[in-house]
Amino acid sequence: MLNVKEKELITFDVGAGERKHWRLSVDGRVATLAMDVNEEKSLKPGYKLKLNSYDLGVDIELHDALQRIRFEDPEVACVVITSAKERIFCAGANIYMLGTSSHAWKVNFCKFTNETRDGMEDSSRHDGLKFIAALNGTTAGGGYELALACDEILLTDDRSSAVSLPEVPLLGVLPGTGGLTRIVDKRHVRRDLADMFCTNPDGAKADRAKAWGLVDEIAQPAKFPELIKARAQAMVAKSSRPADAKGIKLNPLERKMDEKGIHYKFVDVVFDRAARVAMLTVRAPEGDQPQTVEAIHALGDRWWPLQMARELDDAILLLRTNELDLGLVLIKTTGSADAVLASDAVMLKHRNDWLVRETIGMLRRTFSRLEVTSRSLYAILDPGSCFAGLLFELALATDRSYMLSLPDDDADSPKLALDGINFGVLPTVAGRTRLETRFAGDKEKLAALEKLSGKMLGPAAALAEGLITITPDELDWDDEIRMAIEERTCLSPDALTGMEASLRFPGAETIETKVFGRLSAWQNWVFIRPNSTGEHGALKLFGSGTKPKFNWERV
Amino acid sequence: MSLNYQDRIPNNVELGSNRILQRALEHWQPEFMRWWQDLGPTDFQASDVYLRTAISVDTKGWATFGYVRMPEYRWGIFLADPENDRRIGFGDNLGEPAWQQVPGEHRANLRRLIVTQGDTEPASVEQQRLLGHTAPSLYDLRNLFQVNVEEGRHLWAMVYLLHAYFGRDGREEAEELLERHSGDADKPRILGTFNEPIRDWLSFFMFTYFTDRDGKFQLKCLAESGFDPLSRTCRFMLTEEAHHMFVGDTGISRVIKRCLEVMKELNTDDPVAIRKAGAIDLPTIQKYLNFWFSTSIDLFGGDSSSNAASYFANGLKGRPDEAKFEDHVAAGQAFALELPDGAGGVRTGEIPMRNAMNEVAREAYLKDCEQGMARWNRVIEKFGYSFRMTLPSPRFRRNVGSWAGVPVDTTGKIISREEYNARLSEWLPTDDDRAFVYSRMHGVFEAGKIASWIAPPERGINGLPFEYEYVRLQ
Repeated sequence: MLNVKEKELITFDVGAGERKHWRLSVDGRVATLAMDVNEEKSLKPGYKLKLNSYDLGVDIELHDALQRIRFEDPEVACVVITSAKERIFCAGANIYMLGTSSHAWKVNFCKFTNETRDGMEDSSRHDGLKFIAALNGTTAGGGYELALACDEILLTDDRSSAVSLPEVPLLGVLPGTGGLTRIVDKRHVRRDLADMFCTNPDGAKADRAKAWGLVDEIAQPAKFPELIKARAQAMVAKSSRPADAKGIKLNPLERKMDEKGIHYKFVDVVFDRAARVAMLTVRAPEGDQPQTVEAIHALGDRWWPLQMARELDDAILLLRTNELDLGLVLIKTTGSADAVLASDAVMLKHRNDWLVRETIGMLRRTFSRLEVTSRSLYAILDPGSCFAGLLFELALATDRSYMLSLPDDDADSPKLALDGINFGVLPTVAGRTRLETRFAGDKEKLAALEKLSGKMLGPAAALAEGLITITPDELDWDDEIRMAIEERTCLSPDALTGMEASLRFPGAETIETKVFGRLSAWQNWVFIRPNSTGEHGALKLFGSGTKPKFNWERV
Repeated sequence: MSLNYQDRIPNNVELGSNRILQRALEHWQPEFMRWWQDLGPTDFQASDVYLRTAISVDTKGWATFGYVRMPEYRWGIFLADPENDRRIGFGDNLGEPAWQQVPGEHRANLRRLIVTQGDTEPASVEQQRLLGHTAPSLYDLRNLFQVNVEEGRHLWAMVYLLHAYFGRDGREEAEELLERHSGDADKPRILGTFNEPIRDWLSFFMFTYFTDRDGKFQLKCLAESGFDPLSRTCRFMLTEEAHHMFVGDTGISRVIKRCLEVMKELNTDDPVAIRKAGAIDLPTIQKYLNFWFSTSIDLFGGDSSSNAASYFANGLKGRPDEAKFEDHVAAGQAFALELPDGAGGVRTGEIPMRNAMNEVAREAYLKDCEQGMARWNRVIEKFGYSFRMTLPSPRFRRNVGSWAGVPVDTTGKIISREEYNARLSEWLPTDDDRAFVYSRMHGVFEAGKIASWIAPPERGINGLPFEYEYVRLQ
């Protein structure tokens, strides 16, 4: 039995007053999140976080700070992301950390940082939380990519500060957090200029950066604070966040981790290490649920949809980071489907309330996190399950689903149900709902499904409607599930990751799908090539004074 | 449809208490009966046939004789008795406990192996369905039907595995086994050989000698499988398969013997005279042998096979009599193959042993085939003639493997394409040969009588005389 204590586990908790690398201050409707990385407090030993460079620990704090702004400071309409250090905004991801990390660590790190930046854009797009990057000094690599995730980029014009993406010329890798995608897709920088920019280790100083569209506004240092203030106020004016709301407190998650799994109130993860499988079960709400906005606010982070989302989000992150060998996640639900539908109805009724809206945002990002997770996902719809509405969205996020087929009049026969949550509330990273994705945007089909909202569908109907993959009966069930698991877990994990990522996001691309698909795949390829990580690779040798030796063959 | 399982389907797989199997069989069994009526032996379904039925796997039960109408035959499901703590006997999982359930990792491969084996069983029944009309005696007619019902039982055996261990996929595959038909251009049987109709009894004997013998070796390989239910099923099937080869072995022997009797009577070895007297001459028999031997050895597959290597490595399909080999892992060894060098010569190529498993099985098969040659040649020798039946070279007329399409004579020598085409009629039955053999096929349905082209057997079935009325025609 594996001893949990002996294993070095990463968690994503940031307790109150534990922030080491960021300073958050709120002034009216504008929050300032200033990066002030403590170079001694790296997450792992072996490197120093100089020049506001970051590692996963720094980014976990950023993620936490953003979550707190969303929920604890609802009146904040604009977040200014800047640096508390002089003449340096951010030097990007720490190179020595990257150079000494395993491949899996690098990939997980990039994925999490990408999700945090996508989350900023998601909040801006859906929930009115706007972001301004106030670049008060040198902004390189991941630093500039963080800026690119903001709605506007302001750069100080001190004749020396520049924005740059030096990954290709200096490190032999790619900007891994969406930089390449966002400069052309979001900022519409002309692609030849982008080519110039991405191969120049010095990047572009204020004038050129403005001229090429790499930043929105520039100002001399003396006038920079004024510019920030003006732009922030303009953003506040555009925001739909409430001006006079009272936030809720995000309390630490109540979580138990032991050798068997990870346990929360509404989410439970059980490991089967021998089979390399994790079983993740989500519980429906139990007992009386709040019906009014006031009651929801009174419950705060104990409101089922929010608590469940936070627990699920945490469980996914812990599985990804700490349990690399568990390649298949079985997703189950348990409880009352009616209770889920009732909860959904309340959520939809009050969706204009800021807290309900932020909770839906949290759910949206959490389901997306599940979907971009490089694990095989099977939904298991067995007796006692409650894949209804919000929780059916879990099944839709999986690679395939198994529903036990019992005679329809059997009281134990599992049922599933659709509701309004499945139609437009929770778009994926591709910008469409999971049902739209599943049925390739077939409007007739979607309209027919919408008419089934609220109806409990047994296995026959669910299969006929295409909502379920396979419905083995009770005689076949155990063996079918066992073989499906064994079959999956013996396949190449790399091929599965690529296959699943390709099949999960059919249809038109978005910046997010490009980043998680194309960019990540290229970056992962570059990361395993000797030209970056080999003995003479650029990433390996960076800072050593030795010139990298490349294999010049173009592949 | 409800079945009285114990009576209707003799079995040792606890069918009576296995709902999964019952449910699957309740659907499949009527389909099987329909298939048997439509594509089983024509016109003899109402006859009483003196058949052997297996009602258990012990020495008493596996061969119970009695008259039965074929549609009422009790197709049973039998596995050889389990071995205590059986271990996987070869490959990378050597020494691990044999699997009692299908490991998900090997589901697709095992299913393919079972389906491919299973597909041949009903195929041969379909191929032979018209033969009853031209049976040379009631004894032979009965043997034909015995072979047919047992092929039917072997189909049941494979279907049992699909039903019991492969869930819905397995049930679908079991239905497909009845959907594909020998010679059906739209839904042919999987292996080419099994799509050729068998129109005459000489071909039937050759088929049971050579092609069923391939089946025997495939079963021997599968009997080694780490998937224990497959192993046990195949071990029991082998006891029945032996009878099919007996039919072929003695059948060919009797055709040869009849020819020799005529040669002696007329004191000639002139094929024309022999044929005129109603027997089939030895060179024609040799041609049929060449044809069926070369067709059958293709069934072993390519001489260098990645599939075979993977089946072996994973413990799914072993070598015949695996226990006789010293090294059961067979990793890192080489196997020397004689290959055409592309310039009219032969070169020796080395391939990894695991990739050569088809060839290893084929070599064992060749040795086994030689035994028949020796027996038949002793008969010829006893009559004082110098003609000898010989197996053609395994390079001859191959459609699979390194020798596929290479013009080779029956001794294995590479010759020109022109010579090959010109001499083919020396080696293989011509249309005239086939027409002649077919012309000799007339049904003889009187007890104790036999056709003029074949000698009676030395003994009958189950200690009964040849003259016994083995089939009561209705």
